[in-house]
Amino acid sequence: MKKHSIDISVIFNIAIRAIKANKMRSILTSLGIIIGVAAVIVMLAIGNGAQKSIQNEMKSMGANIMMIRSGVATSGGVRGGFGSQPTMKLSDGNAIEEKISKIKSAAPVLSEGAQIIYANTNWSTNITGTDNRYFEIKEWAIDYGRSFVETDVKNATKVAILGQTVVNELFGDVDPLNRTIRIKGVPFVVIGVLEKRGENGMGQDQDDAVFIPISTAQKKLMGVSFPDQVHMVMLQAIDSQSTYTSQDEIRALLRQRHNLGANKDDDFIIMNLTQMMEMMENSTKIMTILLGSIASISLLVGGIGIMNIMLVSVTERTREIGIRMAIGARSWDIRRQFLMESLVLSFIGGLIGVIIGIIGSFIISASGAMTTELSLFYVILPFSFSGLVGLFFGYFPAYKASLLNPINALRYE
Amino acid sequence: MSLIELKNICKSYPLGDGELPILKNINLQIKNGEFVAIMGPSGSGKSTLMNILGCLDKPSSGQYLLDHKNIESLSSDELADIRNQMIGFVFQGFNLLSRTSAVENVELPMVYSGVDKTERRRKAEKALIDVGLKERMYHQPNQLSGGQQQRVAIARAIVNEAPIIFADEPTGNLDTKMSVEIMHLFQQLNRDLKRTIILVTHEEDIARFADRIIHIVDGEISIDEKVMH
Ligand SMILES: Nc1ncnc2c1ncn2[C@@H]1O[C@H](COP(=O)(O)OP(=O)(O)O)[C@@H](O)[C@H]1O
Ligand SMILES: [Mg+2]
Repeated sequence: MKKHSIDISVIFNIAIRAIKANKMRSILTSLGIIIGVAAVIVMLAIGNGAQKSIQNEMKSMGANIMMIRSGVATSGGVRGGFGSQPTMKLSDGNAIEEKISKIKSAAPVLSEGAQIIYANTNWSTNITGTDNRYFEIKEWAIDYGRSFVETDVKNATKVAILGQTVVNELFGDVDPLNRTIRIKGVPFVVIGVLEKRGENGMGQDQDDAVFIPISTAQKKLMGVSFPDQVHMVMLQAIDSQSTYTSQDEIRALLRQRHNLGANKDDDFIIMNLTQMMEMMENSTKIMTILLGSIASISLLVGGIGIMNIMLVSVTERTREIGIRMAIGARSWDIRRQFLMESLVLSFIGGLIGVIIGIIGSFIISASGAMTTELSLFYVILPFSFSGLVGLFFGYFPAYKASLLNPINALRYE
Repeated sequence: MSLIELKNICKSYPLGDGELPILKNINLQIKNGEFVAIMGPSGSGKSTLMNILGCLDKPSSGQYLLDHKNIESLSSDELADIRNQMIGFVFQGFNLLSRTSAVENVELPMVYSGVDKTERRRKAEKALIDVGLKERMYHQPNQLSGGQQQRVAIARAIVNEAPIIFADEPTGNLDTKMSVEIMHLFQQLNRDLKRTIILVTHEEDIARFADRIIHIVDGEISIDEKVMH
């Protein structure tokens, strides 16, 4: 006997008709998939956006920059970091600058967030203790007033250089030069204002910052664990090649200065721009995977919803299945009818989810809360995943339907 | 030449620890083009027998040859193909798909035999005209009377040119006038289209429309008689 080939369009129409017959139920069933797909798209867009920001940030920093921080490096990446035991000193930076020819300049950085007050206006910002080398490395010029002089650092004078945002917030139209501001209650005289820099690649306002001499920060403003402590040393190498080739020399020098025996790990982390970028990209990649997986769970839950409603649908339509079998439907014909139905349900959900996900990503981006970056791949991925979910969770109900005995199905009330 | 041949067919259903015999040693031959009524009181096993004849169910023992083919050895998909190509069913409760127009209901067997769309529509419309439903082709079952719904079911049973029509109490849900109309339609299909018709009923009046009546009592054939019209 010949085996027929059924139009897929017939099966599609049956599915559409069944879905239309229970519009409300179908929408509620698809809701899980809608939310799942939209969530996956938004999460991937956020993760992707964060990665892009980091790349932009690094590009804007200049290729010859390196950083040394306290901390313990492990093979799996970076552990410790800011919370770890402080070990870096100002003199470490100076020694590197002096002894290692590939390093042009080494700026100390000791920073914390604090509230600053002028007259009766206050503003919370980031205070960085450093010296002029910081501005040189960052190629950041003074707009008006002056930068630090040698005596500022030597005598730990209470002077401050402000970013433009801080000036706007505290002084408005008033000339800030030579005015006294209070940082954590300590009076500082404003000696200069930096050029406007704008946002960095991650959307942070670089002009929202106050700079004071490193010595003042160490002795008069910030709590330090030992007299010469810094959080970080920012280095400028003579060229980008040297940000790699100088690392062994720096390591040897610092190990010697920190009295680390041969069996001790480094108590500092040296990173050039590329390495920093890789590290941050790694962490955003992990974040993206994490967010994506959490969102995928809702997609799976949506799939369970589909399975549930398909089982109901099969039971409700037992008689219809019996009629179709009596008339000559093979088990595969019944199976793919219900598979098609769950597939259409999940694809409709997926499609609506894609639309909501894309709109959601744009809204998040536009609101300025986070940078999002959509890519075709990250839209197609969850969409096809929703189809897979439909197939997977639709299979069992469809299989169950195809196993029905035609007589029992026809007798079903 | 027999189209249908039953040899020592038995059917029993499990009951408690044992078995409840429903059909007991049925031997039967039906030739191509016959119009046969299977008659008996309710519960005598008529539907059980018809389900076996219609390849919806298998006997517990015995041999069933349909068009010289032994049914026992066939898979469920092969049985589906036989139902599709050789058999049309008409049930007491019509068994039409709801929310589906008459013509689409009639197209259904052809969907499963892979007839293309335009051909399907053409044949379905012709079958509906043959059963006298020219004016109601695009109505849905709930917009049709019982008699009209049964005509749709008959159109569905003949559309694939299946040689055998099984009708299980086809007039059970119809009033006398409609029942007579439906029975005349069966006679016409038997006479003009040469379809073999096997009708199950518990009513003598209805059985009399057939040419041969097989009486079943307690799962056994008691009388096999010719009807004189
Ligand atoms: N699936 C089944 N399981 C158990 N008993 C059944 C089943 N189907 C039918 N029967 C029994 O078989 C007997 C004959 O049923 P049936 O063939 O439907 O009778 P009829 O059509 O002649 O009224 C009845 O007593 C019925 O209860
Ligand atoms: Mg019966």
